[in-house]
Amino acid sequence: MIPMDWIYGLLGGLMIGIAAAIYLLGDGRIMGASGVIAGLWQSVGSTVWQGRALFVVGLVGAPAIAAWAMGGAETNATTNPVLLVLAGLLVGYGTRLGNGCTSGHGVCGMSRLSPRGIAATVTFVAVGVVVMAVGRHVLGVI
Amino acid sequence: MRAAISLLSGALFGLGLLVSGMTDTAKVQGFLDLFGAWDPTLAFVMGGAILPMAVAWVVAGRRRLSLTGEPLPARPAAIINARLLGGAALFGAGWALVGLCPGPAIASLSFGGWPGLVFFASMVLGMIGFQWRDARKGVAA
Repeated sequence: MIPMDWIYGLLGGLMIGIAAAIYLLGDGRIMGASGVIAGLWQSVGSTVWQGRALFVVGLVGAPAIAAWAMGGAETNATTNPVLLVLAGLLVGYGTRLGNGCTSGHGVCGMSRLSPRGIAATVTFVAVGVVVMAVGRHVLGVI
Repeated sequence: MRAAISLLSGALFGLGLLVSGMTDTAKVQGFLDLFGAWDPTLAFVMGGAILPMAVAWVVAGRRRLSLTGEPLPARPAAIINARLLGGAALFGAGWALVGLCPGPAIASLSFGGWPGLVFFASMVLGMIGFQWRDARKGVAA
């Protein structure tokens, strides 16, 4: 018996992949969440900017409506403000320095067998595993 | 046309993140917790997402333009440098600390409460901080 979480994971994953495919074949763009966000304060008002802004409207709005219809959703995120700020800064700075995140390097890069995408994905997963191991099981802070 | 494509793919991306459980930080941190109660769900999400996108790349390779008439992105030079790996390493560390990456952080803004907003604001600050440092150092992007 396959756990339902895995089936939902596969189903949601297919939706993410189809979204990325629509973005690529429809508008010639690589669907990277960090790049789209960082592009919101560049060339404001241009047609490219409008596309990014509408993408974000859909990305915030669709889960908002779905979560409301389901009677709410939970992120179960930590309430430790130090962890939240530190993690946010690292994710923001790191994704710009490395030019991508889980969607751009992970989904779009790996599906293209891009050496950069694969190298970045292997690196952020490996570092994530190490930080989790130390942070949760040695220091007990995560 | 571009407006409809952008809105549709953003909405589908957000719904996929919600359905797959990736807006739940416990599931993401569970995937990274290889030495604890490991949760492989994220691997199914990544696999499910890569399948249609791999097909899309094959189709893109046979075409020159997108539906909106934009050129399809060329394959970038396979340059694996310290910048790419250092950025990925910093990102991976932050990802593990809270269990949020940029996509789910945005998709969960409506229901993530104040922790989601604090994370999001810090992430934007980190992005602006990078651009500021990058512009000052004059490092080529």
